[in-house]
Amino acid sequence: MAIDSKVVAQVAHLARLKVDPADTDALSNRLNDILAMVDQLQQADVTDVAPMAHPLDVTQPLRDDTVSEPNVRDKAMDIAPAAEDGCFLVPRVIE
Amino acid sequence: MHTKTLTELKAGLAAGEFSSRELTEHFLGRIQQFDADINSFVTVTEQQALAQADAADAALAAGKGGLLTGLPIAHKDIFCTEGVRTSCGSKMLDTFIAPYTATVVEKMAAEGAVMLGKTNMDEFAMGSSNETSYYGPVKNPWDRERVPGGSSGGAAACLGARLAPAATGTDTGGSIRQPAALNGITGLKPTYGRVSRWGMIAFASSLDQAGPMGLSAADCALMLQAMAGHDHRDSTSLNEKVDDYLGALNDDIRGLTIGVPEEFFPDTLDGAIADNSREAIRELEKLGAKVVSVSLPSIKLSVPAYYVIAPAEASSNLSRFDGVRFGHRCDDPQDLEDLYKRSRSEGFGDEVKRRILVGTYALSAGYYDAYYRRAQQVRRLIRDDFARAFEKVDVLMGPTAPETAFKLGDKKDDPVSMYMADVFTIGVNLAGLPALSMPTGFIKGLPTGTQVIGNYFREGQILNVAHKYQQATDWHKQAPVLGGAK
Repeated sequence: MAIDSKVVAQVAHLARLKVDPADTDALSNRLNDILAMVDQLQQADVTDVAPMAHPLDVTQPLRDDTVSEPNVRDKAMDIAPAAEDGCFLVPRVIE
Repeated sequence: MHTKTLTELKAGLAAGEFSSRELTEHFLGRIQQFDADINSFVTVTEQQALAQADAADAALAAGKGGLLTGLPIAHKDIFCTEGVRTSCGSKMLDTFIAPYTATVVEKMAAEGAVMLGKTNMDEFAMGSSNETSYYGPVKNPWDRERVPGGSSGGAAACLGARLAPAATGTDTGGSIRQPAALNGITGLKPTYGRVSRWGMIAFASSLDQAGPMGLSAADCALMLQAMAGHDHRDSTSLNEKVDDYLGALNDDIRGLTIGVPEEFFPDTLDGAIADNSREAIRELEKLGAKVVSVSLPSIKLSVPAYYVIAPAEASSNLSRFDGVRFGHRCDDPQDLEDLYKRSRSEGFGDEVKRRILVGTYALSAGYYDAYYRRAQQVRRLIRDDFARAFEKVDVLMGPTAPETAFKLGDKKDDPVSMYMADVFTIGVNLAGLPALSMPTGFIKGLPTGTQVIGNYFREGQILNVAHKYQQATDWHKQAPVLGGAK
C-alpha cells in the first residue's frame, strides 16, 4: 500500500501539518519505509481474534457527581499565546 | 557522595553523615561541572532544590522524614511541574510553564524528595537515541560520540555520569529500559496503570507508563514505593494494593523459574549480546533459579503492531497542540487553518511529524481495518503468548537491546532501523507487563543490559530477582571516568 506525494499532502492536511512541497518526495519515501515494515502485520492469522484496546480488563471507575477540582480558568488562560477577556484569540473566522 | 546509591544516601542522611543541603549542592555542582558536555538536563532548578533540601533537613531534624526525604531526584521533562518549564523536548513547549504538577512528582515531593531539575528526552518521547530533542542530543557518558538511548536518555545519562542519584522516566516502547541498558543503570517499567499518568504529557495513552531509574534495583524499589498507587485523576490507574517492594527485595529466589524466550535470542543477534544475557541468567541459576526455554511466537510482530498503535494514539493526543490554548504559535497567521498548520509545523520536529502522519494515515477511512484493527488483534496475540508463558514460569529474561550504544547520527535518518532498537522491549508495553533492565556487563567498554519481565503486578518479584543478581555481581557499580577524558 504505497503512498505517493498526493496522499502525503492529503494526510498532512488531515493532521493540520504544513509540508514543504520540496520535502514531499523524501517524506513519502520515509513513510513508505515505515508502512512496508508495518505490512508484516498482514502475515498474522487474526481470524476470530478480538482487537485489544487496553492491557488489562478493567472497568471505568465511577465517582460521585460532586465538584472535585478547583476552577483553574485564570491559570489556564495565563499560558495561552493570545487571550483577552477570558477568551482565546484566533484570526477572524466569520466575516 | 555521588558514588553512593540512593539507598546508601538515605542511610547517610539518617545517620547525620551529611545534610540534604550538602548532598544537593554536591549534585548541583556535578551538573554544573559536567553537564555542558553531556546535555542531560534541559532545566536545572537550583533555587527550588536548595529550598526543598533545607525543608528536608528541618524535617529530618524533627524526626519527620518520609521515604525520600532529602534525596535529590531528577524528573524527566515530560512530567508537568508547576511554575517550572515543562518542554517534553519540543520547541512546541519551549515556553510552556506548567500550571499544575504531575501526580508522580507530587507523590515523590510528598515523601520529601528534592527535585534537581528536568532531564532531556526525545521530543514527545518519540525516539530511541535522544537525538530528536529540540535541546540537542544527550551524549552517552561512557563514550560521548555515542547516543544514550531514548527516550529517557537524559535521565539514564545523568545517572550513568552520577550527576543525580535517582531519576524518573517513562516507557512507551522501551524508553526506560533501553537507555538504562545503554548507560549501565537499572530502570523499571511498571505494570500499565500501576503509576498515575496524570500530568505526564501523553504520547500513546494505552502504552505510556512512568517508572523509576536508579543505580540499583533496591533504589528503584525505594522510588517505586513512593510513585505507585491509584489516582482518581487518571481513569486508567489501577485501584490495586501497592506491594511492599522494599520488603520483597531479599526474598529467597531458590526454586524461581526463569523462562528464556527463544525469540529473544535470534540467529541474527550479535553473539556478544546473547552471551552476555545468557551469562546473567547462569548467575541466577547459580543462586538457585531454574531455567526453562519458552516461546513467544507472535512477538516478532510487536514492532509493526507498535508502529501502528503508538502513532495512531499520538496523532490523536498531539492534536491538542493547535497554537490556540498553549504552546508554540506562529507569527501573523492569515486565517485559522494557517494558524493551526504553521504553529504545528514550526513547533514539531521531523520524527514527531512523521509519526503524526503515519497515525493519521492508519486511522483514515479505508485503512482502519488493514492497519489499526489488525494491529490491535496482533496485540492480543502477543499478550496471549506472554500469558501462556507465565503459566509455566515466574519471570522471563533476555537482552534489553540488540546492541550497545550506537554512534550519534548513525540511525538518525533511517527511522525503521532506529525502531529496531526497541525490538526486545516493545512487546512488554503492548501486553502491559512490568519489566526491568539491569546492567550485566560490558562489550568493548560499553554497558549492556538484561531484561527481567514479570507477570502483572509482580514488580516486587522482578526487583527481588535483580537485587539478588546485584548482590552477587558488581556491574551496576561501574561508573564511567568523566574528568578531563573524552
